[in-house]
Amino acid sequence: MSFSTPAFATLTELSQALAAKKVSSVELATHYLDRIERLNPSLNALITVDRAKTLAEAQAADTRLAAGNAGPLTGLPIAHKDLFCAEGWRTTCGSKMLENFVAPYDATVIRKLHAEAGMVCVGRANMDEFAMGSSNETSYFGPVKNPWDSSRVAGGSSGGSAAVVAAGLAPVATATDTGGSIRQPAGMCNLTGLKPSYGVVSRYGMVAYASSLDQGGIMAHTAEDCALMLNAMAGFDERDSTSLERAPEDYRRDLEQPLAGLRIGLPKEFFGPGCDPAVMASVQEAIKQYQALGATLVDVSLPHTDLAVPVYYVIASAEASSNLSRYDGVRFGYRAPSYDSLDDMYMKSRSQAFGEEVKRRILIGTYVLSHGYYDAYYLQAQRIRRLIANDFVAAFKSCDVILGPTAPTPAFRIGEKISDPVQMYLFDIYTISVNLAGLPGLSLPCGQAAGLPVGLQLIGNYFSEARLLNVAHRFQQATDWHRQHPTGLE
Amino acid sequence: MQLTSEQVQRIARLARLEISETEAAASSAQLNGIFDLIARMQAIDTTGIEPMAHAQDVSQRLRADVVSEADRRAAYQAVAPETEAGLYLVPKVIE
Repeated sequence: MSFSTPAFATLTELSQALAAKKVSSVELATHYLDRIERLNPSLNALITVDRAKTLAEAQAADTRLAAGNAGPLTGLPIAHKDLFCAEGWRTTCGSKMLENFVAPYDATVIRKLHAEAGMVCVGRANMDEFAMGSSNETSYFGPVKNPWDSSRVAGGSSGGSAAVVAAGLAPVATATDTGGSIRQPAGMCNLTGLKPSYGVVSRYGMVAYASSLDQGGIMAHTAEDCALMLNAMAGFDERDSTSLERAPEDYRRDLEQPLAGLRIGLPKEFFGPGCDPAVMASVQEAIKQYQALGATLVDVSLPHTDLAVPVYYVIASAEASSNLSRYDGVRFGYRAPSYDSLDDMYMKSRSQAFGEEVKRRILIGTYVLSHGYYDAYYLQAQRIRRLIANDFVAAFKSCDVILGPTAPTPAFRIGEKISDPVQMYLFDIYTISVNLAGLPGLSLPCGQAAGLPVGLQLIGNYFSEARLLNVAHRFQQATDWHRQHPTGLE
Repeated sequence: MQLTSEQVQRIARLARLEISETEAAASSAQLNGIFDLIARMQAIDTTGIEPMAHAQDVSQRLRADVVSEADRRAAYQAVAPETEAGLYLVPKVIE
C-alpha cells in the first residue's frame, strides 16, 4: 500500500487517493474499522459496528472502481446517525424502544449514498434518544465522550456523528438537525456541520421526531467535503411529502468565489450577554478575518430570538407526541413481557422503553395539544414561529449571510446540565430559530477557548447552501482551525 | 400556571404512559419549569398573524392511484413482536 491514511483525512483527500488507486476501498475500510476497534470503547461514539458487512460493501465498491463506473464517493467510508433506516442494519434511534429493530428498508439518504454513490458504512453513530437532547446524555446506549476532553459532552443530538469524525473513526457522517443537532455538536467537536434548508434532503426513512423541523445533513472536517456530500444527498423524493421539487444543483460550484462585497449580518441578539467572553473573542476574530477577505458588516436584528426556545418546545413536543404514538408494541419495537389487556400492553411497552427526556416531551406535547390548551400554546407558538421567520426575511434584505456563535459556551461537562432541562434547552438559543424558519445553517471551527473548540454559525437565506459553503470554504482556506485535531488519537 | 401531580397523571394517561406518584411529583416540578419558559409566549400580541405550520408554503402533492409498491409483508412483519398467518397479534379486545 503506497498510501498511509492520515488519521484525520478529509473526504476529498481520500476520494483523490482512491481515484489515483493509491489505496483500495477495502484498505480504507480496514483502516477505519481498526481505529474504531481501538478507540470506540472509550468514546462510545458508535452503537453498532459490523466488520463483515462493512468489508462486503468495500469489496463491492472496489469492484465498481475497477470496472470504471465509480462516482466521486464510491468506496469512501461513512458513519450514519442511528436513525437513518438501512436495510439489514440495526437502527436504534438511541432508544430501548428500537434496541432490536433491524430496518427492513433503506432511507432515501441511505439509498443515495450506498446503492447509488457506492459509499461504505463503517458503523451506526450514537445519538440522544429519538434525537431529543443537546448533549447525547439521553441515549439508552450511554453518553458519547468528546474526543477533545473525555469528561465533556460531544454535543447533541448528533453527538455520535460528531465524535466519530472528530476522532478519525470515519471521514464523514450523516446527522440530523431539528433544533441545532448538527451545528451544535459540530461546534463542540471542531467540525464543519451543515443543516440544509428544510425540504432539500429527503426525510423518508429517517425516524421522525418533529417532522416540520427535522432535516438531514452532514458532519465533516471541511466545507468542501460537505458540498461533495450534499451533491449526493439532496434532491426531490416523491416518498417524502415535504420534499421540494427543485432542479438539481452542484453545491461545489461557488466554493472558490471571492468574498469581496459579501454582506455579513450581525444580529445584535446573538452578541448580547449570555455568551461566554472567550467564545465571543473567537467569533470577533473570525469577523476580522472575513473583513480581511473583503466582506462588509451590517447590523441586523432578530427581535424574537428569545422566544425561539419556548416556541420550539411547544411545536417540537407536539409533533413528537404525535409521531411517537406509533410505538405501541404492535408492529415493531419493544413489547412489554407481561400485560393484562391491549391498553395495558400499550402503557407498559411505552413506559418501559422510553427514557425520561422522551417521556417529558411526549407529556409536554400531549398537554399543549389537549382540549382547552391548543389555542393558547400550539396556535400561539405557530403564530410566533411566523414572526421568527419574518425576522429573518427582514434581515436578509440587508445582508447575504448572518453570522454569530453556534452555542453560548464550548462543550460542557457530562452531567453538568442533565438534571436541569430548562438550562439544557436554553443552550440551543442560537440554533433553534433557524429550524423554525426552515433556513440553511452551518457551523465551522473558528477558534478555541481553554483548549476546547469554538463553533461559528453561518445562516443563509432559503436554498443558499452553495453560498454558505463558499463563505465557509474561503474562511477555511485562510485559517487552519479546522485542521486542529484532538491529541492522543493519532 | 402550575401543573399538579394529578394533572400530570391525566396527561400521562392520555399519552399512554404509566407514571408512578413519585415520578409524577418529580415530573410536575420539571414540567412547571419548562412551562414557565413557555409562558414567555403569552406576552406577545399575535393578533392577525397567520399560524406557520411549515417552512415552505407548498401544498400536498397527489399521485396517480396506482400500485407502486411491491408486497414486502414478510420483511415488514419480521420485526413485529408477534404475528400469525400474516396478521399482527395483540391481546384479546372483545370477549
